[in-house]
Amino acid sequence: MAEAAGPRGTRWLWPLLALPGMVWIGLLFIAPLYVVLAILFGGVDPILRQPVPVWNPVDWDTTQFRYVWDHVVGPQPFFRAALVRTVVYVGLASLLCLLVAYPVAYFTARFAGRWKGPLLFALIAPFWISYMMRMLAWVNLLQADGLLNRTLSAGGLFDVHTHWLNGRPSTVVLGLVYGYVPYMILPLFAGLDRIPAATLEAARDLGASRWETFRRVTWPLSRPAVVVSLLVTSLPMLGDYFTNDLLSGSPNTSMIGNLINNSVLTPGQTGQAGAFVMLILLVSVIPMLIYVRSTRAGTDVQS
Amino acid sequence: MRGLFGWWRDPWRRPWGLLLVTVLYLAWSLLPVLVAALFSFNAGRSRTTWQGFSMRWYYGDPLRSVWHDASLHTALTHTLWLGVVATAVTIPLGVAMALGLDRWRGPLPAGANLAVLVSFVLPEILIAVSLLFVVTVLTTPLKLGTSGQVIGLVTYQLSYPVVIVRARLLTIGRDYEEAAVDLGASPFGAVRRVLLRMLVPAIFASAVLVFADVIDDFVIVRYLSGDSSTEPVSVKVYDTARAAPTPALNALTTLLLLASLLAVVIGFLAYRWFTRGEKEGRGLDVFTGEA
Repeated sequence: MAEAAGPRGTRWLWPLLALPGMVWIGLLFIAPLYVVLAILFGGVDPILRQPVPVWNPVDWDTTQFRYVWDHVVGPQPFFRAALVRTVVYVGLASLLCLLVAYPVAYFTARFAGRWKGPLLFALIAPFWISYMMRMLAWVNLLQADGLLNRTLSAGGLFDVHTHWLNGRPSTVVLGLVYGYVPYMILPLFAGLDRIPAATLEAARDLGASRWETFRRVTWPLSRPAVVVSLLVTSLPMLGDYFTNDLLSGSPNTSMIGNLINNSVLTPGQTGQAGAFVMLILLVSVIPMLIYVRSTRAGTDVQS
Repeated sequence: MRGLFGWWRDPWRRPWGLLLVTVLYLAWSLLPVLVAALFSFNAGRSRTTWQGFSMRWYYGDPLRSVWHDASLHTALTHTLWLGVVATAVTIPLGVAMALGLDRWRGPLPAGANLAVLVSFVLPEILIAVSLLFVVTVLTTPLKLGTSGQVIGLVTYQLSYPVVIVRARLLTIGRDYEEAAVDLGASPFGAVRRVLLRMLVPAIFASAVLVFADVIDDFVIVRYLSGDSSTEPVSVKVYDTARAAPTPALNALTTLLLLASLLAVVIGFLAYRWFTRGEKEGRGLDVFTGEA
């Protein structure tokens, strides 16, 4: 096996090269996740309100876990609303992202012609622009006396005083779409660009309309790219709390990320934050395995 | 609509609808940022009413301009410093790991590869919170502040060089390396003098990506920041955007935008320069491959 992996005498070389990175990932990515578990199933110091981790799974104390669980499904479900909201907002925002990103990616891949390069550059530009700057831009535009309200009032003709930033779910969802859509366009573009133009032209030559070509050829061929791009945008959105804080700041729109952010620095509630972190991890494990499998399939096809 | 207009029936008409969507999308995605950058040059305090052009918020204002307000320019320099240090640690670590994982077969490297791919899509808040717990609950050498931030950022960014370099390794193949060894190079020499040289464009591309992503980072650097002197620009924006910020905040983010634009332009030019011989290289590749 080792001989097949390269020139002779390299058996020790590859493990040696990989080792520092593997140790890093193990110590600073995998092990800290266990620390989160140890704190979630650990105790809380009664005086200092500091978390006391319990390392041995046999001695794990489920008090903090049950506290969170009871307030999700129990009679006083004050965490439930935020969890439901997370699912609704992230689902809605991901679908809207797809609705915006698909036509743009399709146009860039198929019809942009010699404008493809500059267009791609413009589509990638939001990557280089700080996320916070993009949100700050919208905070400015959506102020009560901001440009949006002024445009809507058409120069003072109408009296528009909409408070966009006071806990409107629509503002939060659109903010998420604005923030994450660039991350969707790229994998979609890569997938659509790989579809041979001849396939689509053949469908049209055989008499399929635009819509039929899309429904029966383009869409099925692009489905893997759609799945990957949905995962790449919706998983990071799950942990988002800053978009919400900047564009709404109201507890009426808070999501699971806000629950984590609000409890992680509060003495005595660290275990709760750990529970929500583990919940995100559990929810994203299956989509992540799908993602890993699909990237592996992608490289297999390429090689 | 259908049947009312002749052009609709033309099966080869231009996709005006798609063009329109794309143009509207670009306007929607870029105009707000342009407006924000424009208002950093506002002469007045307002971020919504234009009061004339000035450089007041960059260096003119003796108290609140980016140049004179210590909390603003330390945020900027700290952000750039984090970008440089985190990139300098991530790239060697990631490139070595990519080389190792690409050639070393077995369950252990396969598991490490899975962990890297997972950290690529995992919500950042998981890494941030778990590292915060490690720092605050355990007694480890890990401390809040610059060192903690760098360690968190490297953990999160490591997947970039690994994924990019491995993709490039796939297209390079084994031939060059084996040829070098046949001609008498040691295995390590073949990696250093042949493979690494061919990987330079990929290494450079991932360095630019990591740098741009690090100076944009928010979640990790916020949780792992020690005091206000280690708060980067993103945290500054988060803390003050909903309070009563001055256009100095816009100026700060515009400067950061210029920094990453500069990194991208340098990266692009360098990439072009490194791959200038690519055409000949590929020709040779095909030539030897076919022969």
